[in-house]
Amino acid sequence: MIEAFLQFEFLRNAVYSGLLVGLIAPLLGLFIVVRRLALIADALSHVALAGIAGSLYLSQQVALFATLNPVYLGIGSAVGGSLLIERLRKTYKDFEELAIPIILSAGIGFGAIFISLAKGFSTDLVGYLFGSVSAVGRQDLWVVVGITVIVVTFVALFYKEMFTLSFDKEYSEAAGVSGKWIQPLFMVVTALVIGASMRIVGILLVSSLMTIPVAAAIQLAKSFKGALVLSIVFGEIAVVVGLVTAFNLDIAPGGTIVVCSIIILLIVLGWKKIQAYRRTKGGATYGHS
Amino acid sequence: MEELPLIDIRDVSFRYENRVVLEHISLQVRAGEFWALIGPNGSGKSTLLKLILGLLPPQQGDIRLFGEPVKTFRQREKIGYVSQKSNSFNSGFPATVLEVVKSGLTRKKGLFRSFTKADEKKALDALETVRMSEFAHESIGQLSGGQQQRVFIARALIGEPELLIMDEPTVGIDEQNVRQFYSILQHLNEDYGIAIVLVTHEIDLVTNLATHVACLNRTMHFHGVQSDYEQMGDDDVAKWYGHPVRRLHGGESS
Repeated sequence: MIEAFLQFEFLRNAVYSGLLVGLIAPLLGLFIVVRRLALIADALSHVALAGIAGSLYLSQQVALFATLNPVYLGIGSAVGGSLLIERLRKTYKDFEELAIPIILSAGIGFGAIFISLAKGFSTDLVGYLFGSVSAVGRQDLWVVVGITVIVVTFVALFYKEMFTLSFDKEYSEAAGVSGKWIQPLFMVVTALVIGASMRIVGILLVSSLMTIPVAAAIQLAKSFKGALVLSIVFGEIAVVVGLVTAFNLDIAPGGTIVVCSIIILLIVLGWKKIQAYRRTKGGATYGHS
Repeated sequence: MEELPLIDIRDVSFRYENRVVLEHISLQVRAGEFWALIGPNGSGKSTLLKLILGLLPPQQGDIRLFGEPVKTFRQREKIGYVSQKSNSFNSGFPATVLEVVKSGLTRKKGLFRSFTKADEKKALDALETVRMSEFAHESIGQLSGGQQQRVFIARALIGEPELLIMDEPTVGIDEQNVRQFYSILQHLNEDYGIAIVLVTHEIDLVTNLATHVACLNRTMHFHGVQSDYEQMGDDDVAKWYGHPVRRLHGGESS
């Protein structure tokens, strides 16, 4: 692997963008999970699918699109979708979650139309769906770098507002901490993370990298900062192990990364179980040993 | 000249579609006062509170905070808010007590500035005031309801407010802890001079601790000093409350 890493640029691109994605997906994912918006990432990634499929179709039809990286249209449509979700959440104030299935199915619907028009699945498209080790170009890497800078800056600047809003919305309103424009900004940044991650983990599995490491981290962490650090550590482990396995076995990295994070989650849950068992049994078995 | 009331409510009415929930309400809360605002469920207490906090747009009448109309009132840090425990947060939330208390400074610090060591010190001081220092590094979800409410008072106190507004803060807390909770409020009111408005649907201990009592049930049936409230007959109270009530009188509570 290390030899190949030094030898092939595509592999370096994949590893570098993987590491960046392993940082930003769980970082933003923690805020998404604690605000109970986990499904929004899913909805947005399916909107990205529509964008990617649209771009692939147009590249067959219009000369201008032939050279355009589909990632751009994918990111663009995810950002558009994120703003639409915000709008819908306001329209259906009492059924906020309704925005998610509407946007999700709209994404798949348009995706299905473009895929059919383009005469079915190409290998390109499969790469976008499940991720790919070999498809990350230098341009893709720069996109990921740019998005990483935006996401990290966003979290650094608005950390305390995001924490306060996520922890207690009612209090925030009463205390004059307004989410009026942080919320739409947060949605756009979420869409960007999805755009950055889809080359590596794939559209269908992006949301898992934003939620599974977080799910494991909040089992262990006492503090929010601790949960943040642990989420990122788990995310990075999943990405690194997943990429190495994917390269060696020649399978889609989306699958290996997700399975790896599921294994981490299972280990954490198991460990918690053992701890709880020891705590309850500890006193009782003491006398026998 | 008389000093400006912290809260000045004048002839406020409010309706949801065609249901009138508040009618001609007037109330002035001044510095250092401790008000118990009591009324049965559905009496319009929460609506009044939302109007005061600017969470609902006023329809009729005038509400001023520190002399400023609610709509243009910007010094939110002067008011500390403690909500009902049950609906305010998700108990699985990964955060320490210290992190939660610090979040009370979010507004005061303003955008683009992060918390410092000095803020941490302030948070520890606020926790000391509510006698929760030893739990600073515990996870908020691990605490009992009463302890959590004390943490939320600390969160409200860290910004050094002049006025605390509390919406049924003792719902779901056992009696032992309710007493302790109220004794902390009394301490804040008497020793720090913080004005308090506490809304509750239970006619309980708090009416003995407060300096002023307001009885609300769509209209304001009574508002005035605590001793006048004590004088009111139980029958009078039952009449506006809607059903007979058993009041605890001064001597029984402590």
